[in-house]
Amino acid sequence: MSEAREDQLYMGYEVVIGLEVHTHLRTQSKLFSPAPVAYGDEPNHNTHPVDLALPGVLPVLNRSVIELAIRLGLATHSTINERSVFSRKNYFYPDLPKGYQISQFEEPTVSDGWLEIEVASGKGKKKGKKKGGGAEVVQKRIGITRAHLEEDAGKSIHDATHATTDTLVDLNRAGVPLLEIVSEPDLRSAAEASAYLKKLRAILRYIGVSDADMEKGQFRCDANVSLRRPGAELGTRTEIKNLNSFAFVEAAINAEVERQAEVLDDGDEVVQATMAFDPATGHTSVMRLKENADDYRYFDDPDLVPLMISEADIEAVQAQLPELPDDKRDRFVAEYALSESDATTLTQSRALAQFFEDATVIHAQPKSVANWILRDVLQSLGEGDRSIEDLALTPESFAALVALVDSGRLTAKSGREIYGVLAESGGDPEAIMAERGLESVQDTGLIEGVAREVIASNPDSVDKYREGDGKVLNFLMGQVMKATQGKANPADVKQILERELAAQ
Amino acid sequence: MTKISADQVTYIAGLARLSLDPDEVDRMARDMDRILEWVATLEELDTSDITPTAHAIELETPVREDEAAPALDPEVAVSNAPRHVGTAFSVPKVLEGEEG
Amino acid sequence: MVDAFAGLVEQRDALASGSCSSRELVDAALERHAATHVRLNAVVHSRGERAQRDADEADARRASGKVLSALDGVAIVLKDNMVMRGEPTTCSSRILEGYSSPFDACVVERLQAAGAVVLGAANMDEFAMGSSTENTIHGVAHNPWDLERTCGGSSGGSAASVSAGIVGGALGSDTGGSIRQPASFCGVTGLKPTYGRVSRWGLVAFASSLDQIGTFTHSAADAALLLETIAGHDPRDSTSIPEPVPQYSEGLDGDVEGLTIGLPKEYFDVSGGDPEVLERVRAGVADLEAAGAKVVEVSLPRTRYGVPAYYLIANAEASSNLARFDGARYGRRAEGVADYQQMYERSRSEGFGDEVKRRIMLGTYVLSAGYFDAYYKKAQQVRTLLRDDFDAAFSQCDVIATPTSPETAFALGEKIDDPVSMYLSDIYTVSANLAGIPGISVPCGLTGGLPVGLQLLGRVLDEGRLLRVADAYQRRTDHHLVHPPEFA
Repeated sequence: MSEAREDQLYMGYEVVIGLEVHTHLRTQSKLFSPAPVAYGDEPNHNTHPVDLALPGVLPVLNRSVIELAIRLGLATHSTINERSVFSRKNYFYPDLPKGYQISQFEEPTVSDGWLEIEVASGKGKKKGKKKGGGAEVVQKRIGITRAHLEEDAGKSIHDATHATTDTLVDLNRAGVPLLEIVSEPDLRSAAEASAYLKKLRAILRYIGVSDADMEKGQFRCDANVSLRRPGAELGTRTEIKNLNSFAFVEAAINAEVERQAEVLDDGDEVVQATMAFDPATGHTSVMRLKENADDYRYFDDPDLVPLMISEADIEAVQAQLPELPDDKRDRFVAEYALSESDATTLTQSRALAQFFEDATVIHAQPKSVANWILRDVLQSLGEGDRSIEDLALTPESFAALVALVDSGRLTAKSGREIYGVLAESGGDPEAIMAERGLESVQDTGLIEGVAREVIASNPDSVDKYREGDGKVLNFLMGQVMKATQGKANPADVKQILERELAAQ
Repeated sequence: MTKISADQVTYIAGLARLSLDPDEVDRMARDMDRILEWVATLEELDTSDITPTAHAIELETPVREDEAAPALDPEVAVSNAPRHVGTAFSVPKVLEGEEG
Repeated sequence: MVDAFAGLVEQRDALASGSCSSRELVDAALERHAATHVRLNAVVHSRGERAQRDADEADARRASGKVLSALDGVAIVLKDNMVMRGEPTTCSSRILEGYSSPFDACVVERLQAAGAVVLGAANMDEFAMGSSTENTIHGVAHNPWDLERTCGGSSGGSAASVSAGIVGGALGSDTGGSIRQPASFCGVTGLKPTYGRVSRWGLVAFASSLDQIGTFTHSAADAALLLETIAGHDPRDSTSIPEPVPQYSEGLDGDVEGLTIGLPKEYFDVSGGDPEVLERVRAGVADLEAAGAKVVEVSLPRTRYGVPAYYLIANAEASSNLARFDGARYGRRAEGVADYQQMYERSRSEGFGDEVKRRIMLGTYVLSAGYFDAYYKKAQQVRTLLRDDFDAAFSQCDVIATPTSPETAFALGEKIDDPVSMYLSDIYTVSANLAGIPGISVPCGLTGGLPVGLQLLGRVLDEGRLLRVADAYQRRTDHHLVHPPEFA
């Protein structure tokens, strides 16, 4: 493990974080039953006798999860094991109908991989690339211990508003296929944890393994957190359960780090426990102590046979695997001469990257296409989960718009106005420009005439200009722009005004 | 030889979600002792290099195509339930976060 | 009309010739069930009018020339651990009282597709845990040969229902001998196919890696008919073998010329075996030898470890398989429970009988932290050795002949308080389950007025040969045609 970075220490402690992510796989049916996978339905509307653990039922593995697990393995540089085994994890809970969960234990399908995240470099550390002129960023490799297939549980509904004090059990989610992806304890801050999660989610979506929609519970995270003095042995860890939004992940880890630091500073010991994070108070609290290791009585499920994956199976998936975000980013830097930071942003979503490339084919000015996307399109998508596909914009209309601006037929300002229309309701930028009369005034004679008029009717300003007050030029430019209804190119206006002022 | 204590019986009963009264615990400890003593004859066999058999018949991994079949009628799903509210199973209260 | 002890082949021929109708067969079976129920307690759930309606449909099919199979219109009894849509399945357990399945077991689908009429479900030991059909909420089942004796178990009711002439065919499940031992005790032919030959879909699991559905009939020829109806790959059971099913009936040529029968010396040597049982079995083997088979001595040196290994594996799996019976979604829930933990503990404690609890406890114990390697893993390693023993023996012979049980039917109550002695009555049968191989028990005579069973074991998927040898034996002898005097 690398040396602790001073700038990442908290109260002199090194923060050690490992994440366990549960991600729903994108399938039509469940892991071991043909019941549909669907979200938001009434209780028990998506079940099969297998999911209810009725007497006499048996599990049969869903073929497509094998391919999805291989995809994740390839995308995270992992070993895809020739043999993996489904075991039974035995415990009782109302939303676990069989009294055991089928999961991979000693022999997971995927193990020993890694992914890279971008982190701010520490001072004086390795040379990195400039990010938007701000802090230096470096790539940090985060180990992936394993990724195993397992079934999700149902939901226990503890709703006090119900007429009953009982707990209601809905098994729609029972049996939905999951990959549990376990990282090495390589993360050193809440920010790194968040970056890892975002990267992992981007990969999962890229390769079509999971929609990873946190709001639907398709992407859930547990965080193992411990502190230690730099160079010391790993401290006792706690596990924060069910972190279901990026905002909570960082807040919960920071709260837990703070809590553990206080405990240690008081000379006490951190107790191994499962923690819950309360977003309302911003604090973590003990859910359950782990005094005894849980006795889950794992054994190979006798209803299933080992899953064997051949080299040929892996090669077949490899051949179909889309370009991964990191590869795409490197290619964008090389092929389109974009900055690393811009390329990273453009490749975070496969759809956005595709949109960029499609538009670039039509208007071969990657830099300006990228700038428009990074500024205007990302603004339209906002912070939420909106995707480029949710906009009315097409690569064709977008490329045409950028081309109009680049050619000077549209000012940037008018371009933005048309962009708004395209994003909302689509259309042809050329037609919208004509309809709204937004085409730039490119007739220099006309601009010269206006400029002379403005000079003539603002003698005071002209005097000030001549006395050396440069700011007055902006005012005069504004007057010309106003008179041309904003359709003149500001650079042209400036040039002409300066010439006219000098001539008089 | 194996001696199963009352505490062990109680612990195992807890894992198996069986409640045994003190008499049953004693009887169970006695029965388990006797049975474990009998199965201990297996120790006579040296199995150190032997691969365990989980399945007598070896098969290729059977798989099902990823196609959703119509779901079970939710009314039928809960039809055998001791209690249900609408189409949800109803069980005595669960304290949140106890398990899982 | 045919005799009560008419086999499936005879019933098929009678239906084909028009000498009786399916309705007559089913009515006769229902009447015989009603007349014997108090004494035997073999069938615990009768489908009554629904079975009669099914029989009428079979007769209508026959009248219009649309006969579905050789078994179209014959009555078959299930074991009460095989689910049937809309019918109760209890596994003889209080915890499943009132349960009605929303789907059919694979064997039920296949019987129905063949036109067979499901008459009802037979008594059994609770969750198939037992060798005497005494652990049952339905009350003890009795042996038709001697009502004070056990009909064996766990599929005792199925065996008794054929033995007493209620039906010509019944299904059972065999995890460690639960078909062959009761067949032996009741003087009928009991077949446990290769593990995976018959789908377990809809069979309530006891021990998943050992459970296998099989048949009770009067003869091997009948067993062939019934097995070809229920066997075959089922994509809903991941352990189902994807091999085509031979037409077993067509292979029954009565020929054993050139067949090599192995006699494992350990099976004829185990102390505690009833000498008269061994003698009857030896005589049965001699009959086959006289018919042209060659007999050789073989060795299955680790036989005595079979029962303890079986016991550990079966109960470990059972402890997990029975976790689903928790009072939450179906079955019995204890009254007046305050929270879900109490619901689990009280529902399970009240719902399971003593033997089931004992086995869940043992199974849980051997899987628990610190004991797994010493017990469960050890037993799985012994399982490998037992398979190796069979592989070695089958390199010297085609089938292995043994007693099915070391004794004839024991008295009711005799072993109920002595679990280990009860478990040991499976000593000759469990190894076949551990190795996954098929076995058949055929009647080979009486001793002390009670039937003795000759067990034939074969290689994986070699049911055809077992049936051919058993049929050849039955062509030359009439032990299978002797019926319990009280019911004859």
